[in-house]
Amino acid sequence: MSQTENTKDLVLDLKNLQVRFETEDGICYAVNGLDLEIERGKALGLVGETGAGKTTTALSLLRLVPDPPGVVECEKMVINGHDMLNISIKELEKIRGKDISMIFQDPMTALNPVFTVGDQIAESIMLHEDVSMADAQRKAIDMLELVGIPGERAGEYPHEFSGGMKQRVVIAIALACHPQLLIADEPTTALDVTIQAQVLDLMRNLRQQYQTSLIMITHDLGIVAEVCDDVAVMYGGNIVEQGTLEDVFNHTMHPYTEGLFNSLPNINDRKAKLTPIRGLMLDPMDMPPGCPFAPRCPYYDEKCDLPQEKKYVTETHAIRCCAYERPGFHIERKER
Amino acid sequence: MEENTNRISLDEYKKYKKRSLAADVWHNYKKSPSAMVGLILIVIIIVLAIAAQLIYDYEVDIVQQDLSQRFIAPNTEHLFGTDQYGRDVLTRVLYGAKYSLAVGIVSVAISCAIGATLGLIAGYYGGVIENVIMRFCDIFMGIPSVLLGIAIMSAFGQSLIVLMLAVGLVYMSAFARTARSAVLPVRDQEYIEAAKVAGVSDLKIIFSHVLPNSLSPIIVQVTMGVANGILTASFLSFLGLGVPVPAPEWGAMLSSGRQYIRDYSYLTNFPGLAIMITVLAFNLMGDGLRDALDPKLKQ
Amino acid sequence: MADNILEVRNLKKYFKTKRGILQAVDDVSFTLERGKTLGLVGESGCGKSTTGRSILRLIEPTAGEIVFDGKHIQNLSRSQMRHVRKDMQLIFQDPYSSLDPRKTVSQLIAEPIVANKLMKTKAEVDVRVAELMSTVGLAPRLFNTYPHELDGGRRQRIGIARALAMKPQFIVCDEPVSALDVSIQAQILNLLKELQEQFHLSYIFITHDLSVVNHFSDDIAVMYLGKIVEKAPSEELFANPLHPYTKALLSAIPIPELGEKRERIIIKGEITSPINMPDECRFFKRCNYACDKCKSIPPLEEVSPGHFVACACLDSI
Repeated sequence: MSQTENTKDLVLDLKNLQVRFETEDGICYAVNGLDLEIERGKALGLVGETGAGKTTTALSLLRLVPDPPGVVECEKMVINGHDMLNISIKELEKIRGKDISMIFQDPMTALNPVFTVGDQIAESIMLHEDVSMADAQRKAIDMLELVGIPGERAGEYPHEFSGGMKQRVVIAIALACHPQLLIADEPTTALDVTIQAQVLDLMRNLRQQYQTSLIMITHDLGIVAEVCDDVAVMYGGNIVEQGTLEDVFNHTMHPYTEGLFNSLPNINDRKAKLTPIRGLMLDPMDMPPGCPFAPRCPYYDEKCDLPQEKKYVTETHAIRCCAYERPGFHIERKER
Repeated sequence: MEENTNRISLDEYKKYKKRSLAADVWHNYKKSPSAMVGLILIVIIIVLAIAAQLIYDYEVDIVQQDLSQRFIAPNTEHLFGTDQYGRDVLTRVLYGAKYSLAVGIVSVAISCAIGATLGLIAGYYGGVIENVIMRFCDIFMGIPSVLLGIAIMSAFGQSLIVLMLAVGLVYMSAFARTARSAVLPVRDQEYIEAAKVAGVSDLKIIFSHVLPNSLSPIIVQVTMGVANGILTASFLSFLGLGVPVPAPEWGAMLSSGRQYIRDYSYLTNFPGLAIMITVLAFNLMGDGLRDALDPKLKQ
Repeated sequence: MADNILEVRNLKKYFKTKRGILQAVDDVSFTLERGKTLGLVGESGCGKSTTGRSILRLIEPTAGEIVFDGKHIQNLSRSQMRHVRKDMQLIFQDPYSSLDPRKTVSQLIAEPIVANKLMKTKAEVDVRVAELMSTVGLAPRLFNTYPHELDGGRRQRIGIARALAMKPQFIVCDEPVSALDVSIQAQILNLLKELQEQFHLSYIFITHDLSVVNHFSDDIAVMYLGKIVEKAPSEELFANPLHPYTKALLSAIPIPELGEKRERIIIKGEITSPINMPDECRFFKRCNYACDKCKSIPPLEEVSPGHFVACACLDSI
């Protein structure tokens, strides 16, 4: 076992991440013992709904969780060979942007309105590479062309760009120093469908070109199917099901993943009735003792109130669900 | 929808008691220590002001001079000392609280009633109405406030009522502006449109949706306005335009103690301190109220 | 003739801006049959929300006829309109900003009842509110809570209860589920469907989400820059899209399935400015099939029963 682990070329190795926010109204358990490994060059889709802890996980990788009220505890966090837990702020700033970079959801607020887009890209290049202003500017123009924006627009200000164009600029900034790991937090949620298609297309091409590893945070299983190699489904601050696209999409095992698929309208059969997940979103201030999905789960029994162990079903496919200990247990995925 | 079909027991709904807005605000308000300090100070000042009215006799304790007792430095008998006419400064400061509080509160009530209403109307309707109202306020603001106060005081004569009116008019424009800028973001909220769809009339929308949601900056302005009103009233009295002597208005006391500041600084220190503490208390309460009034902060 | 609850003819809404005239809605016509759902689909800035609000006259249309339940309503006065609006309601997109944060759930639901004087006594109003809460699936204990204490799904249920309070016949749903999570979205969609059957409601369902609109609507109209470019029954539109924009739009939906990848039509560029648009096909600048025939505005023509397309080059595609 340890043999195989050592041979894997991991760009991210995360063990037992716990993040909680201590507010005066109580403690909000955002991430609870999350493990995550990403091999170099792979794209992982981190799927989940509001409050699942996706963005908090991403922010803790960049060590950007606000403290207070945030408290981050972790056994191991190694990004591209850097131990992120024992590192000075100065080194951290070098790693951010260079080894790990992030694209935020809202391109409207991610850009500074008083600088030209060219300057903003050049700035991030100069932070990490020892180049002159002129060189950085030239590289910035190259980056713009790479994301499909004519280089002569480098002198324009963010408000002169449309939403899709701004997101391209944000991608250019994030990729300017060729990071090993790119985290994209709902990068297309604010965009229209046809523009989303353009941006996803661009991200797919760039990833192939640079062999960048990607964590794609999204609530849209369709986007995961298009862009990613692996999927991790989060609920209540932990990964409940993880595997390759094939594992999770075609051999769904966790009841929550099943519920997600069943609540999506089927584009091929418009008469099919939607089967929503019953109950309400989880309140991270009031976590159930065992499986976080237990209160909404149709297969609940007493064992679900105990903490759930991560179990590998196949070499790549892992779930946290005790229901499979029952003889003959299976879930009801609707045919699509 | 008839009574017998699917009859819903209302008691089941009603048993979940509503916490009123006031109770909610109080729940949040008491979380802030500084706000509580402000509130306690204000309560103490009001209690002292009322007690002073009951205990002291205006003619005997406040106005009557006793030149044999002049300029006694603070001691156990006269905690704040005595002034140039031999009157006890502590007594006068306590008695004077009523002038400051009255001027502060009444003048703010005047300026808020006129100013906030104008601002609400301007903000909600926009267009020409807004332009006329706001330009009027601009002109009003263009006149230096002290000059305006002096003009009103000299036109209507010196009295407590006129002082309140003068201070109130001085701050009216500020209220109109605050109210207008508080209304603007609320006006564009979807729930205003939702109320229109529900068939609610304009007037009802203004008072039941716009006002409650733009209230917190106005309430903060009220508490700060009380503080400002007290300062302005003191200032006008200091200039000799406020409450006529020998009433122990704090500003007037400052003014009369001013010439002895080198030798008998306590004459100015104690009224000054009283003004400062009162103003501070209202400001602290204003800050606390602003936080407590924001429903989103509760989450 | 079909029993139409709503007919919209040549609806126009132009806004005057500093840079010229913005044609938000330009010559839009459609009908809605009683008890049916019409989906209005398009990307941001295509005028779908403006269309919805113009029908309710929350925005005053520049021109056009709106016939609701047999009555022309485009020239009604404000007070007459308030009366008609009891029958035509709106469900808002954002369940966060469309509910007054200072009102409790019961106050919010009671507001339309009180404003229109539908009930006389407080007790009657309370009974009706409780009834509406149970209709939309809100637990009794929420009677006196504030909306910020609730999650998006339950807030949207409040919005639906408000719309239902006046027993309307017709509801414009303006992106009612786009702010909600997937699992909650399905709950709300199912609720809207059940209510439609229960109260025989007619919907206009405005959305940018094509898989949702397909599931929900009987007919779909695709809008682009203020115009309807294609209109057809849902099955027909998804099976046989004709307009190049519809084709691109449908191919751009990410489908949560593995297997053979569809051919993705990526359309170039971004939506063009809606200000001072020239008299050419609105999609001209982005269309892969643009030709000289596209330099005039193509009319919406029926190509097969119920299927309308506005494209001059259909033969060459």
